[in-house]
Amino acid sequence: MALTTAESPAVRATETAGIPTKRRGSRRSSRREGIAGYVFLSPWLLGLMGITAIPMLLSLYLSFTSYDVLTPWNEVEWIGLENYRRMFTSDLSYWHSVQVTVMFALIAVPLKLAAALGVALLLNRERRGVGLFRGFFYLPSLIGGSVALAIVWVAMFNRDGAFNGFLHLFGIEGKPWVNDPDWALETLMVLAIWQFGAPMVIFLAGLKQVPIELYEAAAVDGAGRWRQFWSVTLPMLSPVIFFNLVLETINGFQGFTAAFVLSNGTGGPIDSTLMYTLNLYIKGFTEYEMGYASAMAWVFLIAIALITAVFFSTGRFWVHYSDGDDR
Amino acid sequence: MAHSTVVLRPSPAGRPARLARHGRGLGRVLVLLAILAIVLYPLVWMVGTAFKSPTEIVSNVSVLPKEFTPSNFTEGWRHFDVNFGRFFLNSVMVAGLTVVANATSCLVTAYAFARLRFRLRGFWFAIMIGTLLLPQHVLIVPQFILFKQFDWVGGPWPYLPLIVPQVLATEAFFVFLMVQFMRGIPRELDEAAKIDGASPYGVFWHVIVPLSRPALVTTAIFSFIWTWNEFFRQLVYLSDLEDYTIPVAMTLFIDSTGQSAIGPMFAMSVLSLLPVFLFFLAFQRLLVEGINTAGLKG
Repeated sequence: MALTTAESPAVRATETAGIPTKRRGSRRSSRREGIAGYVFLSPWLLGLMGITAIPMLLSLYLSFTSYDVLTPWNEVEWIGLENYRRMFTSDLSYWHSVQVTVMFALIAVPLKLAAALGVALLLNRERRGVGLFRGFFYLPSLIGGSVALAIVWVAMFNRDGAFNGFLHLFGIEGKPWVNDPDWALETLMVLAIWQFGAPMVIFLAGLKQVPIELYEAAAVDGAGRWRQFWSVTLPMLSPVIFFNLVLETINGFQGFTAAFVLSNGTGGPIDSTLMYTLNLYIKGFTEYEMGYASAMAWVFLIAIALITAVFFSTGRFWVHYSDGDDR
Repeated sequence: MAHSTVVLRPSPAGRPARLARHGRGLGRVLVLLAILAIVLYPLVWMVGTAFKSPTEIVSNVSVLPKEFTPSNFTEGWRHFDVNFGRFFLNSVMVAGLTVVANATSCLVTAYAFARLRFRLRGFWFAIMIGTLLLPQHVLIVPQFILFKQFDWVGGPWPYLPLIVPQVLATEAFFVFLMVQFMRGIPRELDEAAKIDGASPYGVFWHVIVPLSRPALVTTAIFSFIWTWNEFFRQLVYLSDLEDYTIPVAMTLFIDSTGQSAIGPMFAMSVLSLLPVFLFFLAFQRLLVEGINTAGLKG
């Protein structure tokens, strides 16, 4: 949402710069342009209404009902805040799924970003073979979200999987990690961290933007490597760190596929992989409590919006934008 | 991370310094190679296991099979009542249609935002950016209900709920990517065309469309890969085995937990990831640049 504020100067600039020289009929042509604008925008507007806005309102209404797919529309029962009350006070599995999701995001996202930044820093110093490394590090981000890879991942951390084979080399007796409620979620975290390539690519591009003169100046002032990292690299990179942090956190909260595959759609073992979206799917599409699922969706939306808002309001204190250079 | 700060221009140092730098460089390459090995290990293991015989899967802990057994592929292909080729075709169709729909609708939308002046443009643009962060899970329940009312779910052509949203440019990421791209196209070209009497439609067709090819290619590739991997919506909307796409069909393997199914399961995993891998090999540079355009130039 704050991306908008970043955009608006550019929009304003094009608005003033884009006006052609005064010609006869320029008012007519600008009216024509106004109409054309809406012609070109019409598919998107239709989608905004039909696919986004109306469903959102519908889901808000449903969240106050006990709707299941089977009830005819004229018999839908309005139950007020009951869904929300149940969610917040009596549904234990709901709180469990909140816990699982928050834990997943709190651990996996920072580690993934740290891995991405670390590898980007290593690669940034490299001259040769950067493209090759970058490409192969990026590959997991392309396939890591698929069902096929999740299936392989689960097998890898199962009893006869590659991970236990690796531990065996050191004489350690492994276990079926994916069936252990204490470890199942961790294997999903490792899968998330394995996909560090996408944020890494973005970090790498950010590092290339840091002017070399800053390091030269810092070196002249006697700053060592650590000092340069803390005082030059990190502040200059903070917008990119911020971007990655927001994006990865929002993605982290939405993890679904791997948890579904690991637990065969149940969130098990003992609810240990019951990610929020998986819980929502179970409530909505296997138990058909669509009213309740709608309430869950709205709480999820508000939570995501709040988290994003917190990021943007704290961002002011640590994100450093170099002035006048907005590319 | 102490050793990994950003490179300094080599100071006018003598030989020892250069040697030390060389040593550090070697260490760095070794670290990178070690990370590469960890990153690629699961993939190598996946391919290796896909070629192992059932007995070898249990007994042979090494990554590569002692002898290559292609039978997993033929078995996996025929594992279900419906041939796996059918799932492949279904996935190709959904991904292909999504590519065309996304490329067309997002290009049209982006042109309006990037080039045309009309009332409430800033407002709509802000909303479009807002939908970038809107999780699809939030909308799935009401969308499902709505599409069911239209008889699209499980209807004569069950893919409508998967394709129609793309036709209506709901994939804001690509709209944003193309707006960014179009802002880089010199406005003088539009103006020149306008002076020659071109309407906004003419400018779109004769200037913007031809010059937007790189952005279209990026959109097409990302659309394809993401749709190929997409699972949530396909799981919700596809209910007949014959209509299943690859991701939904793959989940059927999870039910059959017997050891004998592991080989075929891995073989089909490899097959299903192959198109993405080929795309990766062919368009690696474009993919990496696409991430950057969308991510940074804001």
